[in-house]
Amino acid sequence: MKRTGAEIILDSLVAHGVHTVFGYPGGACLPLYDALYHYQDRINHILVRHEQGAAFAADGYARASGDVGVCIATSGPGVTNLVTGIAGAHMDSVPVVALTGQVPRNLLGTDGFQETDATGVMLPITKHNWLVMNAEELPRVMEEAFYIANTGRKGPVQVDVPKDVYLEEVEFDDFPPPNIPGYNPDEGMQPDPTLVRAAAEVIHGSEKPIILAGHGIHYSNAYDELLAFAEKANIPVITTLHGVSSFPESHELSFGMVGMHGNLYANWAVDRADLLISLGMRFDDRVTGRLEDFATEARIIHVDIDPAEIGKNVTTDVGIVADLKPTIRALIDEIDQLDHTPWVKQICQWREEHPSLAIRETEIVLPQWVIRQIYHITNGEAVVVTDVGQAQMWAAQHFWYDRRNTFFSSGGLGAMGYAFPAAIGVKYARPNEQVWSIIGDGGFQMTLQDLAVVKEHNVDIKIAIINNNHLGMIRQWQTLFYDSRFISARLENPDFVKLAEAYGLTGLRATSKKEVLKVLKEAASIPGPVVLDLVVDEVEKVYPMVPAGSSLAETIEGDEVEEARYA
Amino acid sequence: MRHVLIADVEDRPGVLNRIASLFRKRAYNIESLAVGHSHRPGISRMTIVVAEDHEEAIQVTKQLDKLIEVVSVTDVTEQRHVSREMALAKIAAPEMKRTEILQLANVYRAQVVDVSPGSIILEITGDEDKIDSFVEIIRPYGILELSRTGEVAMVRGRAMPTPAMVAEEGPAA
Repeated sequence: MKRTGAEIILDSLVAHGVHTVFGYPGGACLPLYDALYHYQDRINHILVRHEQGAAFAADGYARASGDVGVCIATSGPGVTNLVTGIAGAHMDSVPVVALTGQVPRNLLGTDGFQETDATGVMLPITKHNWLVMNAEELPRVMEEAFYIANTGRKGPVQVDVPKDVYLEEVEFDDFPPPNIPGYNPDEGMQPDPTLVRAAAEVIHGSEKPIILAGHGIHYSNAYDELLAFAEKANIPVITTLHGVSSFPESHELSFGMVGMHGNLYANWAVDRADLLISLGMRFDDRVTGRLEDFATEARIIHVDIDPAEIGKNVTTDVGIVADLKPTIRALIDEIDQLDHTPWVKQICQWREEHPSLAIRETEIVLPQWVIRQIYHITNGEAVVVTDVGQAQMWAAQHFWYDRRNTFFSSGGLGAMGYAFPAAIGVKYARPNEQVWSIIGDGGFQMTLQDLAVVKEHNVDIKIAIINNNHLGMIRQWQTLFYDSRFISARLENPDFVKLAEAYGLTGLRATSKKEVLKVLKEAASIPGPVVLDLVVDEVEKVYPMVPAGSSLAETIEGDEVEEARYA
Repeated sequence: MRHVLIADVEDRPGVLNRIASLFRKRAYNIESLAVGHSHRPGISRMTIVVAEDHEEAIQVTKQLDKLIEVVSVTDVTEQRHVSREMALAKIAAPEMKRTEILQLANVYRAQVVDVSPGSIILEITGDEDKIDSFVEIIRPYGILELSRTGEVAMVRGRAMPTPAMVAEEGPAA
């Protein structure tokens, strides 16, 4: 049958079960939108107010659903506005399909109006991308796009389509199964049994093992396996930032997060371990601290789906390239019931002596305390979406994640402005859950235009602005490492309540502990979006901290200024 | 040290760009890159010479392999292989020097491919050492232009199995 390029693209979305897309129209992709007009019963298009929001929302949707997120933008500025969101999806291995319009074929390369070398711009920040020069290629390209995005180490892809290709009519019957000679993700799914036995042997020889759980646990849906493995081997579990919510934090083997703002006892445990069993994580510099001094006494078992991650940053003793789920299962079968009580007790003792997550009793509203109250008021059942910076770290530290895949954050790229649009995507993926966007006053102002979106569609998310009237992490670094020479750290903020109201939303402000409790309760009881201006202490810092360039052993718990203030 | 990688890649627009972009963003040191059609339709073969130590060369190989359009990539440095490079050199050759230059060319089995008033173009094929040495020998005569192809390499003996070939021919006996 005859189909236009645009119809083939939309048929592909429908075939892949995509029912929500985030986008922004423009000249070059108007034919796609015109075709979308006839698909509104099957595809819900959310008009964001800036393309960056579309990419972030698609990213949040993908992480929360396990499916592919889809965003749409036009040529030129549309594409360049997507860049931050797509770069973030690339760093965090999030399956996103970006559909971008391009100038008509006869204008390509002529510096036409709104022309950008869109595939060139996106090339280094996508897993793969295509410039589709005729509609006949579209069935194959769309099939490959979804396949590549959501298999192996996942990631964003871009399908760039010139305006006239959307309109081109071609004979179309069906989508061909993907046939890509250089890409065979199924090949690397099952672990090599020899390596599993080698890993088990190393585990049996270890007295102080640690499991480092990363993002891969979520993608591999290996929660049950991780739990069973940790329990059978009696090994403490420490997560990366993206590993948060992969292992129940109330479990006796859970010791929280490692890294630059990891728990002191978690950092010490990794530093002093004789074995790291690293599952679906990539030894990012925020995890390892100074690499030369990272876990110097530990042997390393590293399981990752991406062969290039094995041996990239640290030297491994046993590297297994495979999907985590079958690998952990095989490990469980291969290992004996083990007992590491002395080691677990040692870490518990460190935790007692250095309770990194204790919150000081103060009159003033501490941001950590606010996070803890959000935990209590939502019965720990909220899905948390964070930005980057202090609020991100506090949200990772002080909310206890017992439920699987309930923490989403811009980790690798560290993109401010992520938390709010991403939360919109998360809510569309999980409409029945309470979604809380925990965001700084700085980050919120990067993408707040999507307040119009949550108003328009009554997207029930709570936007909790942890407002310290500062770029808090900037202030923290300037305090600690630049002799308190504050520059561009203080924010002259708008009235966030009035701002919410201007968008037709409920805005609530709290400046005392009592008010915080009141407005959090109120927000939780309102069925619909709420903007919370939670005014907190301006100078509170995130601790523990591994200063940049230091090792995990050099984690600091606090500073004298801090201690003096609260003495 | 030098590592010689052979990559079979899909012959599509932008493949070279992806590979160049990878080398740029990860700051790998590339010595030469030669590309042309392979014996299989739709597949180009690249020979890439990188100046990296062993560990880095493994990373380069893995990162190249991650590119969707790279069908296969092999580090042949440790395998028995032949490698050749070709160079064209335009040399200042006043009539009185010509015989001398041609004698040298003969020693290196270089071909004369152009003779013009005042200059000649020599074509030489060989491994990198031979070409380096030839270039040094003729340098005193005045090299007006030099163009080198970069190395192309091939493993000796049976063909390297690639995923596509295994699919077509079945696994090697």
